[in-house]
Amino acid sequence: MSRRAETLLWVAQRASAAVLGVCVLVHLATIIYAVQGGLTGAEILARTRGNTAWFTFYTVFVIAVAVHAPIGLRAVLAEWFGWRGRARDFALIAFAVVLAGMGLQAVSGVFA
Amino acid sequence: MSRALALAHRLSGIALAFFLPAHFWVLSRALELDAFLAWTEQPAVKAAEWGLVTLLALHLAGGLRVLALEFLPWRDWAKGLAALAAGFTVAAGLAFALAL
Repeated sequence: MSRRAETLLWVAQRASAAVLGVCVLVHLATIIYAVQGGLTGAEILARTRGNTAWFTFYTVFVIAVAVHAPIGLRAVLAEWFGWRGRARDFALIAFAVVLAGMGLQAVSGVFA
Repeated sequence: MSRALALAHRLSGIALAFFLPAHFWVLSRALELDAFLAWTEQPAVKAAEWGLVTLLALHLAGGLRVLALEFLPWRDWAKGLAALAAGFTVAAGLAFALAL
């Protein structure tokens, strides 16, 4: 991979990390607030369905995760398993697409 | 401590990457949410949930430490940042355990 592409991945990893820093803090606070007193499907969906703000927030969250996780795994595969090259990158692109697809489907199921 | 935290940051990231597809799959089946929530009442699942939330807090704290070291003129603060990250992880883990 070219030096420029490597730099772009580094920037994408840090930029997505910055977005995720905010998203994970909000997500953790929401989890800790929501689990108090137990959870029911109806209670969760009554709070989430049709909520545009949370739909937007979790859409951004999923996209940032789909960028961040594969780039992180890329370094792990290279450094710990010696797997480099195009096959690894294609596998990680596939993983990114699966994460984004499944994540957006989950957001749509819970918030739309 | 900084090296241990860097390793923990990496291991938690790997664990979360494997967990995410399963998390998304469950949430996308919103109509079956109650059956799944009943399954999560088991003590072993509760313990796993606690582990996942703590791993998420750990990965967040470890990541913020990396961003601070790379982008802020705080290189001499490496030990302090590692302690801060560890403290945040423990606090988040305790808060979730108390809320369960």
